[in-house]
Amino acid sequence: MNTLASLGALVAEGPVGVTQNTGEQVTFWVCATLAVIGAGGTVLSRKAVHSALFIALTMINLAVLYVAQDAPFLGMVQVIVYTGAVMMLFVFVLMVVGVDASDSLVETLKGQRALAGVAFVGFLGLLLAGITDSLSGTTVVGLTEANAEHGGNIQGIGVAIFTRYLLAFEVTSALLITAAVGAMVLTHRERAEPRKSQAQLSTERFTPGQHPVNKPSPGVYARNNAVDMPALLPDGTVAEDSVPGPLRLEGDIRDADRLAIEEAEHLLAHEAVIIDSSGGDPLDASQEGRE
Amino acid sequence: MNPTNYLVLSAILFSIGAAGVLVRRNAIVVFMCIELMLNASNLAFVTFARTNGTLDGQVVAFFVMVVAAAEVVIGLAIIVTIFRTRNSASVDEPNLLKL
Repeated sequence: MNTLASLGALVAEGPVGVTQNTGEQVTFWVCATLAVIGAGGTVLSRKAVHSALFIALTMINLAVLYVAQDAPFLGMVQVIVYTGAVMMLFVFVLMVVGVDASDSLVETLKGQRALAGVAFVGFLGLLLAGITDSLSGTTVVGLTEANAEHGGNIQGIGVAIFTRYLLAFEVTSALLITAAVGAMVLTHRERAEPRKSQAQLSTERFTPGQHPVNKPSPGVYARNNAVDMPALLPDGTVAEDSVPGPLRLEGDIRDADRLAIEEAEHLLAHEAVIIDSSGGDPLDASQEGRE
Repeated sequence: MNPTNYLVLSAILFSIGAAGVLVRRNAIVVFMCIELMLNASNLAFVTFARTNGTLDGQVVAFFVMVVAAAEVVIGLAIIVTIFRTRNSASVDEPNLLKL
């Protein structure tokens, strides 16, 4: 209780040296609300894609908060690297793994959610107590001076990275290369058999039992192009090959002989129409016949 | 402005992320919650940099971002590999890792 009271005082008045800035306050309250909504949505939404979009919302709002806190470089990096690259990588992997894989609501461990809630509250309380403890009595310096020292925020960060933090920066490059190589090694799959050359493919195509050219496509033209409708050969017989294999195995072939008779009747009827309208344009007649 | 507000926001985001890691089953969502925690810590670093008047906090936040990017690459590669063998991205399944 005591800690909460002093935290309230800290939020209301702030440590020593705080200048109240209305614009920043508005920015903070808008972005903080949106960021917390995004974080809650990440945890609570059942579909992983929704989680990804919610966390992108949180990250963009954090970028705005960085810019508001005199860190324009980090704000831009946040947008480009986090929301741009990392979240898109997440969405891409979601695409590979399956977008509609939603979580089951069954608890495999009994009482896990309740315990997680207790842990959430306890952890938050600890953090807030720590913040209160560390901030009371500190003086806020502000970054105006540090940013102006080398002519700007980006220049200042550049000087820091390439002088005091040079070793860490170099180690970072090793880390990134290791990560890239590791990702390639982890996701690499060996071919089960060597790739066939074009000559081999051609030879295989002409072995007995194979079809050297394209198989006829299904459908009796101009009347029906369904896949289960076998094509008719010029002599009126049925081309069994034209129906895809799985349908053929299940016997899902439509009776083409009967349809061939209907087709002939249809054609005959239309011939009669064309002869009837012999005075008209033959092109019109053929278009009527198609309808 | 008052750094306490930023730090409280950072603490809230971090706790939400931690709760998400505890509650969620989908490995990718767990990963997103870890990212959320890293982001929250970054916000704290930026706030500390401003409070102390030096750019070191921002540099550390920058390094956190780099490490997070590398970690995401490796983590997602592992998730894809596990998904290939187990056909599931649930963190309940890989208890079968012992063969």
